[in-house]
Amino acid sequence: MTELQAGQGTQPLDVARIDARPQRYRDVLIALVAFVVLALLPFIFGSKQLLDFVIRCAAYGLFATSLNLLVGYTGLISFGHGMFFGLGAYGFGLMMQKTGVPIPVAFVATLAMTLVVAVVIGAICVRLKEIYFAFVTLAFQMLIHSTILSWQSLTGGDQGLRGGIPRPPFLSIDLSNHLHLYITSCALLVIGLLLMRQIAQSPFGYTLRMIRDNATRASFIGIDVWRAKLTIFVLAALFASTGGIIMALFVSGAYPEFAYWTISGEGIFINMLGGVTTFLGPMVGTVLLLILNDTVTRLTEYHGIVLGIVILFFAIGLRKGLMDFVVEWFAQRRGEVGERAP
Amino acid sequence: MLEIRGLSKSFGGVKATDNVSLDFADGSLTAVIGPNGAGKSTFFNLITGALQPDAGQILLNGVDMAGKAPPEIVRHGIGRAFQVASIFPSLTVEETMLAAVCADQRRAGVMHRRFPLAETRDRAEHAMELLGLAGKRNRTAATLSHGDQKLLDIALALVLEPKVLLLDEPTAGMGTEERWRMIDKVRELWEKQKITVVFIEHDMDIVFKIAPRIVVLCYGRILATGTPDAIRRNDAVIEAYLGSDDHSGAVA
Repeated sequence: MTELQAGQGTQPLDVARIDARPQRYRDVLIALVAFVVLALLPFIFGSKQLLDFVIRCAAYGLFATSLNLLVGYTGLISFGHGMFFGLGAYGFGLMMQKTGVPIPVAFVATLAMTLVVAVVIGAICVRLKEIYFAFVTLAFQMLIHSTILSWQSLTGGDQGLRGGIPRPPFLSIDLSNHLHLYITSCALLVIGLLLMRQIAQSPFGYTLRMIRDNATRASFIGIDVWRAKLTIFVLAALFASTGGIIMALFVSGAYPEFAYWTISGEGIFINMLGGVTTFLGPMVGTVLLLILNDTVTRLTEYHGIVLGIVILFFAIGLRKGLMDFVVEWFAQRRGEVGERAP
Repeated sequence: MLEIRGLSKSFGGVKATDNVSLDFADGSLTAVIGPNGAGKSTFFNLITGALQPDAGQILLNGVDMAGKAPPEIVRHGIGRAFQVASIFPSLTVEETMLAAVCADQRRAGVMHRRFPLAETRDRAEHAMELLGLAGKRNRTAATLSHGDQKLLDIALALVLEPKVLLLDEPTAGMGTEERWRMIDKVRELWEKQKITVVFIEHDMDIVFKIAPRIVVLCYGRILATGTPDAIRRNDAVIEAYLGSDDHSGAVA
């Protein structure tokens, strides 16, 4: 056995080394500041519309960012990620309506249910190559959507889960209070983003990047590609499910559209808008899409055309998402072409 | 010690590897040559688990690797580099090395800490030094020259501290001068690291100059094994391979 002897013959280099530690503190700090700013919003503006907008951003943002863990970091283009959003909404709604357990219990139980479903579906899907993976995930999405539609006695069929979701207060948090719901959504968003950021910047996150770049080579340095793909598939599902839970609380119900393939399509759309090469790209995309949706639908009934033109502009015009564009522009201004800060 | 026993693999009716038995002593340097389609790359693919053999054994220090998947074989100590540099285009040189060490230390799944891990630094650093890539640590792999990408590919195998290193045409796609620099590097690594190195090479000048032992494959079979001098004088080799017009210059 040969040992690469450490430190032998290495001279100090003036080239910058990658350093891990300060990054983490910086991320936590940014998250804290973001949370404080979000929490202060209601006291500055007091507009219910704005708070509603942020709650929707939290739901879709968690969903879209978790999709980016698959698309951008691992190269797994899932067209069925929305099924976990729907599962979260329905699972949580049903749990609260039927069992009357405390909200935190229902939350954890919903995630546990999502985990089981994601492991089964993931185990089947992640072996498949690109296009097959995309289509089989889409097929599972349709399967879950059809199940929701046809299992009327449980899910209410195409009427959705109606009659409201009971929200018994817990730990002096009362989610039937709009402000409490808002703060809780913001907290879930910030914590979710922070956790996903941690995953993306961990050794596992770099394992994912290697698989995206060259899965064959990754297996030849000893990485179990299948296991890594399944792990991230399940983790992403959990965050998408959390988004669905927020959505269910927000609309006080669950609707089949939450589990329809268009949700997955919107997730991909958001990622294209915001960009997949930066962590916050999907978050920016979420805000953009929701603003577009809200303003365009108010102005014209042909909002599909307008959104279509916008996506064409990003896909064909910029050939990247907004955040990709911004980051590249800054990099070019600093003359860093070819060299990249970690 | 790497022992190959009766290794066979067919594709349809074509025997790409036909009952090959070979020993590679610890710390040896061996060149594998043979005409196009001789089964050289298949031979490497079988040893590293990219292909599953139909029959035969691949014994690394007595443990059979046949039928195992690539990640497991790598962990047992058989590393490889590819004919076309197989790298991670969007990662920097340093990230590539650090992530590879992470994988080797069974830490590829660690989520609660930040990349890179402090305990991976020394080995990553050492591998970059060995291959002369330390100065290009912050370059993304995609922006490296062809030669540097090949070096990075080798570094990626070497950083795992393999017992056996398989190099599939380390000089493929290089100009004459670059070829010699690469092969000097390979020889230097072999001497410094004291590992078993097996490489596939087309350039006869290079093979005869640096390889103490040569294996000639033809139609999936071993045609001859021996020192450069023995191979040069082997009639079967001359007829099957070196005697052909393309390489007549190389034998002289």
